[in-house]
Parts: sequence; structure tokens; C-alpha cells
Amino acid sequence: MSVPKSVDSNAIRIESLNKSYAAPKKGELHYIIQDVNLTIKGGEFFVLLGPSGCGKSTLLNMIAGFVAKTSGQLQVGSVEINKPGQDRAVVFQQADSSLFPWLNVRENVEFGMKMKKISKPERVKISDQYIKLVGLTGHENKFPRELSGGMKQRVQLARVLANDSAILLMDEPFGALDAMTRRTMQKELSAIWRQTNKTIIFVTHDIQEALLLGQRIGVMSPGPSSQITHIYDVPLTYPRDIASDEFHALDRTIQSHFD
Amino acid sequence: MKLIKYKWVSLLILWVVIVAVWQSAASIYGSEIIPGPIETWKGAVELLSDGSLIYYIGISFYRVFVGWGLGSLLAIPIGLIIGRVTVIRVFAEPFLNFIRFIPPIAFITLFLVWFGIGEQSKIALIMYATLFIVIMNTLTGVLAVEEDKIRAARSLGASEWQIMRHVVIPATIPYIFTGVRLAMGTSYMAIVGAEMIAANEGLGFLIWNSRLFFRTDWIFVGLISLGLIGFLTDRLVGWFGRKVLYRYGVISSQPLKR
Repeated sequence: MSVPKSVDSNAIRIESLNKSYAAPKKGELHYIIQDVNLTIKGGEFFVLLGPSGCGKSTLLNMIAGFVAKTSGQLQVGSVEINKPGQDRAVVFQQADSSLFPWLNVRENVEFGMKMKKISKPERVKISDQYIKLVGLTGHENKFPRELSGGMKQRVQLARVLANDSAILLMDEPFGALDAMTRRTMQKELSAIWRQTNKTIIFVTHDIQEALLLGQRIGVMSPGPSSQITHIYDVPLTYPRDIASDEFHALDRTIQSHFD
Repeated sequence: MKLIKYKWVSLLILWVVIVAVWQSAASIYGSEIIPGPIETWKGAVELLSDGSLIYYIGISFYRVFVGWGLGSLLAIPIGLIIGRVTVIRVFAEPFLNFIRFIPPIAFITLFLVWFGIGEQSKIALIMYATLFIVIMNTLTGVLAVEEDKIRAARSLGASEWQIMRHVVIPATIPYIFTGVRLAMGTSYMAIVGAEMIAANEGLGFLIWNSRLFFRTDWIFVGLISLGLIGFLTDRLVGWFGRKVLYRYGVISSQPLKR
């Protein structure tokens, strides 16, 4: 497993960050997110929680470098983010639109390494390791269309892990899965995170998912002009017990923001 | 009626019915107007015996194949560039949508003036017939590549060139394939037109020239030959798509198991 060289170089710092677009009416600006402030430590599991349309995906896309900010500061380590980079890998919500259907599982996982012209034996060694980690051993030669939704998301996860990015940005990756598969994936993601020391920013609208996974949870207000209104430290130990009283108490507290 | 369950039995019945309808039409209207199956067969034997039918099929196929191949090779990179570069697309799209409505046949005289009476003018015409269909399909394919795929590749460290080579082109292959296959059809239409007006050999020439001798049976032979070679080349292209381009999601007209 790759351990980040310096924890601080993976920290993410966001200060007075805005994203706006010109309104149809002249001179007015519409803010998608307004004045967001947030610091995420290297190796942390941070969950961005908010209702649909609140701009949490926009914030994640800005951290990924896909969407340009309007103003404010957005830094990884001490470097300003202005384009996608290999330090930040993205797990998309829709595996069908983000996996490469003409490549099999192994080739999908090796994509980033192939782009970096890493030798074939080295690629096979690393892809074997991460295919095993996400539990896809034996499915290496299958194409995405032959896999279930959960397995496709495992491929996405292996693909970003094999690319050795310190930061993983996950945009509701389990949103399209059935409830049982989702629970399994949550447990496994949590275990993988504890093994690999990645910084993870995980976007969701599911409070229980947030509480199962995150060390800290940032609650976003409904859009437009969305902000991170509350940040919760989750004091529970991993693996988390969804039936415990503490879990329920936190669930109720966070739920109160959306009632 | 259990026999009808077999595919070959129903196909045989179908063909027997077609030939019967054809023969009765020939008997009603007379073999000068509609040559029947037997007259057509005799005409075919006549054209085969002096080798001219095989030669005409060969020359028409050669023109289509070379023009279509060169046209596709030219059109695919053009389509990819237009699709990928917004600045070029803004200028190219209105032009493409203007010129693609001008049928190849309308250019025959000009192409004869520009490229001479020989093979070049026919091949240029087929290239023209191929070019815009393949460009439009490639372009559409490039525009249909999901944003997530490009974003994923970019955040995995792919350069712009690598995105083109490893994401855009593979994702566009089904569209390119459809374009190339459709272009094959228009190429046959164009070559027959060209050979009718300006050639001394080929299936178009055969069909046109037969009118001088009132040999409607030869015209039938020409038409059936066109249909047959078109059918066979399309099957060949379809087979290539299924076997070689399968992983890119190319679907061709193979009966689906539903």
C-alpha cells in the first residue's frame, strides 16, 4: 500500500470559495455555492452531506479541477487547483459513463498506469494487488457490461487506487446501488480507507451513509448560495454500528437540519 | 406444418413464391417488358460466357472499394478533428450541412472536367459520396462521448493526445462503423450513375448500354448483380465489425437472441 510521503501535502484548504454564473437578468449573479470555508487534513475521511441540488457535486468538481471557481482559494497542499491532476482521483456516480466499456476489468484498472507508460509486468503486479483489494479477483477479463452495478463501482475504485492518487473524490458512488450492495460497499470502502491512508472526500445525501463512513461530516445548506453550515466530528469507532444509540443520536441531530 | 419451423424451409418457400410472382408477371406483360427468371438466366449465361459480366462486376467493385476506402481514410481524421476542436467545428458545420445535400451524381460533369475521363473521376466521385456521411457520423460520435469518460481519463493523467487516442477514438468506433457502412450504399448508387454517363465498362454501363439493344434481360442481370455484390460486401463489413470491433460495442444486423 502506498503511504503518502507527507500528510500535509494532501491537505485541502478552501477559503471564501464562490461559484456563480450570470443570471438571465443583466447585472445579477446567481451563486451555486457562496463563501465556502473548509480545511481537510491529509488522510481524513470527509463527507459532504446535503440535499439534492445544493451544489455539493459542484464543489467536488471544483476540487477535482473540472469546474473553474469564480473566486476564493482552493488549494491542495500549498498548490492552487486550476485543472485536474493525478493527485486527485475521481470516483464517479455513474460507472457506465465513466468506465471504458471497450476495456476489460484489468485494462480499466491499468488505464492510468498505461498513460504513464509504466511497464506491462509492473502494471500487472499493481493491478493484481488492487483488483484483489476490491474483491474482483477472477473477473479480470470481463468487460464492464458483464458486471453488476456494485462490481462496476469496485472497478472504478480499483482504477483510482492503482493510479496512486493521495486524494479520492467520490461523488455519490453508491447512489445507484441496491440497499444491500450499498451496505457491503460502504463497509469495504471504510476498510480500504483504513488500509491505504487516502484522503477521501465523499459526497452523499444519505445521512446514515455519512455516519457509517466519515470522520467528519460537513452539512451543506440547500441551494442556491449553498454553504457548509455545520461540521460534525463523528466520535464513533470503526467499524461503525448502525444500531447503536450514539449512531441514532447523531442521525437525529443531523436530520434536524433538513426537517 | 411442423416443417415451417425450420428457417431454411420458410426461406425456400419465400424464394419459390418470389420466383413464381416474377414468372407470372413476365407471362402477363411479355418478356420484353419484364424478362422472366429463365430469360434473365439465359442473359446471364450469355454475359458470363464472354467474361464481360465478371469483368464489369470486378471494375465496379474496384471503383467502389478504392473510392470508399480512400474516402473513409480521409473522412475519419477530419471528423475527429472537427468534433474535438470547437473553433474548427463552428466554421465547418454550416459548410458540411450545405454540401452534404448536393448528391454525388450532380458533380459528374464537373469531376470529369477536373479529374479527366479515366478512373480518377469515378474514384473521386465515390470519395465524395463517402466523405460527408463518414465525417458526419464520426463528428456525431465524438460529440456523444460522455464527459465523465474524458474527465476520468484526464484525472488519471492522460494528455490531450492520449485522450484522443485512448478514449475519443475507441468510444467513436461504433459511429464511424455505421458511417462507413452507410457510405458503402451511397457509393454503389454513385458509381452506377457515373458509369451510365461516363464509362465504357462496369455494371452501370451494362444497364445503360443494354437499352440500345432493348435487352431488358441484361438490365435485370445488371440489377441483380448490383444487389448481390452490395449484399455480399455489406455482409463482409458486418462480419468484420462483429469479429474485430466487438469490444467497441459495434452492433451489426445479426439476429439477436431476445
